[in-house]
Formats: sequence, C-alpha cells, structure tokens
Amino acid sequence: MAGFDPQWFATRGFGGHGAALGMRYHAHGDDWAELALPYDERLIGDPASGVIASGPIITMMDMATSLAIWIKRNAFVPHATLDLRVDYLRPATPGKTVIGRGECYRITRSIAFVRGQAHDGDPSDPLAHVAGTFMVVGDVAGMGLDRRIEA
Amino acid sequence: MTIGLPPYAEILRVSVEAEDGAPPVLLMPFADDVLGRPGFLHGGAISGLLEMAAIAALQHALEAEGGGRIKPVNVTVDFMRGGRDKPTRAAGVVTRLGNRVANVEATAWQDEREKPIAAARMNYLIVRD
Repeated sequence: MAGFDPQWFATRGFGGHGAALGMRYHAHGDDWAELALPYDERLIGDPASGVIASGPIITMMDMATSLAIWIKRNAFVPHATLDLRVDYLRPATPGKTVIGRGECYRITRSIAFVRGQAHDGDPSDPLAHVAGTFMVVGDVAGMGLDRRIEA
Repeated sequence: MTIGLPPYAEILRVSVEAEDGAPPVLLMPFADDVLGRPGFLHGGAISGLLEMAAIAALQHALEAEGGGRIKPVNVTVDFMRGGRDKPTRAAGVVTRLGNRVANVEATAWQDEREKPIAAARMNYLIVRD
C-alpha cells in the first residue's frame, strides 16, 4: 500500500480495544484526524452520574493522534506511544457522543509530537486536552523503513 | 474494604486481586477486547487500568480519613515496554494526600513488578464529605 488513507483504515474496523469501545472514524485533514466515541452505558466510570470513564477517552485520543501521524507521514509506519498526558477539563456529558481530534504538529525520523482535544458537540467547549509523543518501532537507520513497511 | 469497580472495568475484565490492608492490586487478563497492534495491549487499555489502580489506592487512603469524592484533574502515562499476551497487574501509591488535592502514582507490570510496562502520575481533586 502506498500512502495512508484513514478512511480505508477505519473501514477495516479498529479491531481489538477500539472495537470493544465502539470507536468510529469521523473526519480528517492533512495532519489531523477525528474519531467518534458514541455514548454507551458500558463505558461508564461513575455510576452515580452516568459519566463515562476517562480510559476510553485516552484510548480514542491515542488512536486519533496515531492516525494523524500516519496521515502526515503518508505511510502506515508502526509506532509505540512514549508518553501521553491528558488534562480533564470537565466531565463528558452523559448521552452525548465524544469527538476526539488528534493533530501531529512535528515529526522527525523516529519521533512524532502530537496534541489534541476532545469535545462532545461544541469544539470551543473541550472536555479534555492531550499532548504526547510516539516513537517509530524498529530500525529507522538507512531510511529504508517506509519501503519495507509498504512492501 | 470493598473497592467498587465501574461498568468500564468489565470491558477490561479488571478484577481486584489483593486488598489485604494495602493499596489493592488490580488484574487485567489478556483478551481481544484490550488488544492494540497485533499481539500487544492497547495503550489506552493500559492507561485505563492504571487510572483504576490509582483511584483504588486513593479510595483506600481516603477511607481512613472519612471518605470523599474524587475528581480527576490530569494524568501523564509513560509507556516503557509493550504489553504482551499475558496478564497485567497494576497498583497505585498515594504520594501526597492533601485536603483538596491528591498526588497518585501507579505502575503496571506483567512478569516482574520491578519491570513495569507503564507508569502514570495523576492529580486528583478531593471533595471531602
């Protein structure tokens, strides 16, 4: 496969943990991707209020920022999350779909720097802010990696 | 004491393994529902486990002081090793329990506790009952 198409990637399904949470593709641009996490009672972290747990939001932001990196590289290069920080600005509103937007704002041969926000309808009223770094898995010497992955 | 786990814990199949007077150890079995890239745990599932371990440790510490509600402020997760197809354990440590803020650390490991696969630092707001 030459290049990277997030919609094609998403139609294969996110599989594993993303599928278990009900995560879906929402939108993308040159260096960003948005995923959607529909409200589901199975995701509740606080039974008293019905607010979903923060874990599913971390999972979505990890995936949205990953997609943003592959879009910016225009290649599916396996990577691992080095670190991810999440600020919880407010609780998600019970019943509402959460949208997670990940952006890759700087990329080097082995490290990608990302940031993103999550909201539940109004992007100007975010519920979480994230910042993180990812590292390419395996040997990056010789710049032959992309060809190997695509082969 | 009994640690209350939320519905989300069922997706991760997290259970409380040990709570003999110390901060509880949580156990997450390997399963398709926590899979990320093939053969490895999803970082989000590990993060979810770490947050649950941190909250369990904080509930444990708060109970000795009359309880209180816990509101997450932020979390920073460092991923040190890939999570392989084996059980994962996690436990939290309350490094400071103030009147309004708690600082908590949590680690997740597989084979040996001394070789964590991930660690997290969290800040929580405490609303005293």
